[in-house]
Amino acid sequence: MSVLLALDVGLAALVLALAIWTIFAREVFAAVVGYVAYGLLLSIVWVRLFAVDVALTEAAIGSGVTGVLLVGAAGRMREAGNAAATEQPREPQRFWAAVLPPLGILIGIHIFWAGADEPGGAFQGGAILATMWMITMMARLTEVPPVSSVWLRLALVVSPAVFLAIGVAGVAVAIGFFAYPTGFAKPLILFIEAFMTLSIAVTLPTLVAGPPRRVPRR
Amino acid sequence: MSLVLDLLSITTIGAGAFFFFAGTMGLLRFPDALTRLHALTKADNLGLGLVVLGLLPHMASLLVALKLVAIWALVQLAGATVAQLIGRAVRRKGPAA
Repeated sequence: MSVLLALDVGLAALVLALAIWTIFAREVFAAVVGYVAYGLLLSIVWVRLFAVDVALTEAAIGSGVTGVLLVGAAGRMREAGNAAATEQPREPQRFWAAVLPPLGILIGIHIFWAGADEPGGAFQGGAILATMWMITMMARLTEVPPVSSVWLRLALVVSPAVFLAIGVAGVAVAIGFFAYPTGFAKPLILFIEAFMTLSIAVTLPTLVAGPPRRVPRR
Repeated sequence: MSLVLDLLSITTIGAGAFFFFAGTMGLLRFPDALTRLHALTKADNLGLGLVVLGLLPHMASLLVALKLVAIWALVQLAGATVAQLIGRAVRRKGPAA
């Protein structure tokens, strides 16, 4: 048995064992931690299957964003009895939220751009951008935008709107719905993906921020 | 020359793997949160640092090598931040059971 095969079999066994452990974990928080670790291991499995795109998505969405959602849910369940303890962000958190975003935004845009001919793309890049916004919101360096905000709503709907508009335009200028005119496929796809990146980067943090807690001022 | 580089890589990556192993043992065996944190940060800093150092001579270009160093630096920062946060949480709430 070659070394790589042994590693693969070990990895698969580990993923299965962790999945079972996560299901049977007694404590909610432990199960969440198990789930996050499971997601990271699963992304290594995707790398071994040469699906780096899927691995990036699994690490960012399956493990990262879902992990944050679940940790938040576990925290709320734990605090359900107590008065809602609003935790002040601590100094290291604020430091991290100030240092990482410039780099993270650069990497997010790079991964979106590299998606044209390497692993990456709108979803992976958008998820990284979303994470940057999430950590600044968690550290209270930026406020969660109100749901009534016009730009927030625009950013959320712009990508399906652009996607559909280009699809419909295909009927007029190319051979049919969602057909691109010859020679324009790449710029058009990049155009759509750019808006997709924006919408994903806005959708995920609003998901994590949860339902609005304050009534908007009129 | 390449033999020397290979030997250097094997030594440093092996040492890095040892630090990860030791860090994991510490995480599993140490009695409380703070000592476990201590063990884990050693694995992150030194273990990953040595692995990156061992990989550097084999990178195709300077840019890729710089990316590896950047990954190490980011993990350092993330590790330090998380260690601070967990440490403070432990101090505030007392060690978790």
